[in-house]
Order: sequence, then C-alpha cells, then structure tokens
Amino acid sequence: MAREALLAALSDGWADPARLYSAGRRAQQLSDAARAAFAEVLGVRPDEVSFWPSGTAAAQAAVLGALAGRARRGDTLVHSAIEHSAVLHAAARGKAIEVGVDRRGRLDLEAWERAVSGDGVALASLISASHEVGTVQPVAAAASYCDEAGVPLFVDAAQSVGRVDVPGGWSLLSASAHKWGGPPGVGVLAVRKGVRWISPYPQDDLYRPQAPGSVDLPAVVAAAASLRAVRAEAQTEGVRLSALVDRIRERVPMTVPDVEVVGDPVERLPHLVTFSCLYVDGEALLHALDRAGFAVSSGSSCTASTLRPSHVLEAMGVLSHGNVRVSLHSGTSEADVERFLTVLPGIVEGLRREAGM
Amino acid sequence: MDLVLDCRGLKCPLPIIRLAQRIGDVPVGGVVRLLADDPAAENDVQAWCRMKSQEYLGSPEKDVFEVRRTG
Repeated sequence: MAREALLAALSDGWADPARLYSAGRRAQQLSDAARAAFAEVLGVRPDEVSFWPSGTAAAQAAVLGALAGRARRGDTLVHSAIEHSAVLHAAARGKAIEVGVDRRGRLDLEAWERAVSGDGVALASLISASHEVGTVQPVAAAASYCDEAGVPLFVDAAQSVGRVDVPGGWSLLSASAHKWGGPPGVGVLAVRKGVRWISPYPQDDLYRPQAPGSVDLPAVVAAAASLRAVRAEAQTEGVRLSALVDRIRERVPMTVPDVEVVGDPVERLPHLVTFSCLYVDGEALLHALDRAGFAVSSGSSCTASTLRPSHVLEAMGVLSHGNVRVSLHSGTSEADVERFLTVLPGIVEGLRREAGM
Repeated sequence: MDLVLDCRGLKCPLPIIRLAQRIGDVPVGGVVRLLADDPAAENDVQAWCRMKSQEYLGSPEKDVFEVRRTG
C-alpha cells in the first residue's frame, strides 16, 4: 500500500508545493490531502498538522518550539523518565524535572501532578507508550493534571499512532511514519490552535510549525496512505499480535529459568514484549537470535552506542543485562513465534554454560 | 565483611555472574562486598537480589555494592 502510493506520488508529487505552476499545484493538492488524512486520524484540524523529516525531528521541534513559545511563563520541562532519547536530548538543552515510573514502567501520577503544578513549568512531555517495554501511559490523567496547572502537554505518540488510539487532552503530539509501516523519513507533528510555538530554527514564519526546507512529499503521501491501510486493520491485527505477545509472556518464564518479563502485562502495546535473562550477555543473545533468523532489539548496555544500560529499564529497576525486545508486525506469523519460543531456551542455556553458569 | 569480590573492569553481566557463583561461599546472613564499575552494575545488582531473594544492603560508596545472603 505504502509502496504503491509512493510510486504514484513520485510521478505526481515531485514538484515544490509552494510554487504556482501547475505541477506545483498538483503537489499542493497531494500535500493537502495527506494533511487532511493525518488530521482525521489525530482528531485535529488540517492546519494544525505539519510534516517533518523524521519522528525525532517532529518530537524535538515540539519540545523546543513549545518551550520557546512559553519562555515568558517558565523555563522548565517536566518529562517522564522513560521518554525517547529524542526528547531527553531536547530536554538536556535546559532545565528539566524527571518524573519516575513504577516497576511496570507506568508513570507516577502523584509525582507528575506535583511536578507540573510547580513554579516555572513551561511544558510537560509524556510518551504515549514505552517504546522499550510497551507499557501504555496514563495520558488522559496526565493531561488533566496539566490542564489544571495550565501547562501544555506534548505526547510522543510514535509507538501508538496507527496501532492504538491516543486519548485527547494534549496540546502537541508527534508520530513517525516508519513506526506504523510507512516509509522512513516522515514525522508528523500536530500543534493545537492556541498553543504558542516558536520555531527553534531560522525560517520565514517563526510562529507556524513547519520544517525548514522542503519535505519529501512523495514519502508523506505514502505515509498517509499506509496509515489509512494500517488503521483499517489495526483492531484485528492488534488482537492477533496481542495474543502472540501473551503467548511469549507466558511461555518464556516457563521454559527459561531466571528470566524477567518486563512491562505491564495488560496495559501495553499489542505488538511489543521485552524480557531480561540473568547471566546472559545481551549482545551475544542478540547475535545468536540473529543467526537463528530473528531480528530483535536489546536495551542492554553492551548493545548501546553509549555502552550504558537502557534508561527505561533503569527507571523501572528491572534487570538490564540479557535484555531482548521483540516487536511483532503484520508479517509475523504464529509459526514464527512458535519457532522463536522453541529455539530460545537452548540459546540462553548455551550462553549461560559458556559463561560458567 | 565476609567476602570481597573485585569485579572492576568487568562488563555486565560478568559482575553479576561472579556474585551468583560466589555468594554460596559466605554463610547465610553473611555479607558480600562487590566492587564493580560497569554502568549497569548498580541497577543489575539490585535486580538480581530481587529475582534471587537476596538482600541488597546498599552502595556505601561509588562502584561498591553490598549484599547479604539470605538463603
């Protein structure tokens, strides 16, 4: 679907939508149609939607732009301890208050309420669901505390859009096309009317959220088409994947000793499951699974460019070594999951034996 | 202090593996002092204690962690 839309848009949407010649106007129509499609899914007005070169760029524009827009009201960003590093890097630019999560990775709402109602808070930022452990965050409750405190809320919804609904009440929201199976290189940002935003970049109109330079319009068109397609099947696909995640959550502790399946077992994304195996090197486990044909991720320090353990696993206080994150997608079959569950115990046992355990 | 394990310079999970291999060397109620400078050690020592029902006593100084054998 995304591929077909991309190919069609490449022949029709190559021109600059800001130009007045006919090819430019055709491109503008495609851009408007994509904007309307995103607006419908996100429940906002089309002119509240802007396109960015990635989900990361959209999230950072949201944080930095909203902080700049509220500079007269305060200079502090309140954020959860489990935000994506895109947000944490933006947070590191200025003053920030971090709010913790519980063992299952769910936001501490009492601490959140205290933090957002403090003096000098310009913006609050909450990920819709943890990208590492899948725990869905209490966005509606967090939004109502922000509302009471008069603080705008930014929701990084990259993990949720296209899969599960995101509650309302937020002021800014970002999403990322390749997370829902669209093309890479498309981020979407919605900024509600009345939210003051000032561009962190040098550009013509500093007050209208818009990425500097041209966006990849064919990719944006493909992203809108793929979102429509994914949304149409989200319900049934969510049920299917969630059952497979349940199977992994149940079976792994039964067949692998000394393992901790992390994240909330119920309030979670449908497609993502994370567990940590004691005494196992995360990188070795990842490579062994790769040789067996499984592409998984890890939050263990040995797999990170920074050589630090995942900040999400640390915030939860769960084991960080021997960590595996399994993301299921539309191409994942029940047989794939069964084969994964069959090979995993032997792989873990072998690695432990090599380590002398 | 009943046993000191110097795991400085070792990457996780090696400090935790050493801790698990050697905690049986102290009597129940005995204390192991683990020296480990891997950035994951502080988090993972505590997680290990929770998973294996041992008592985490705390970190008296940087890169030092104390665990009481409970069983």
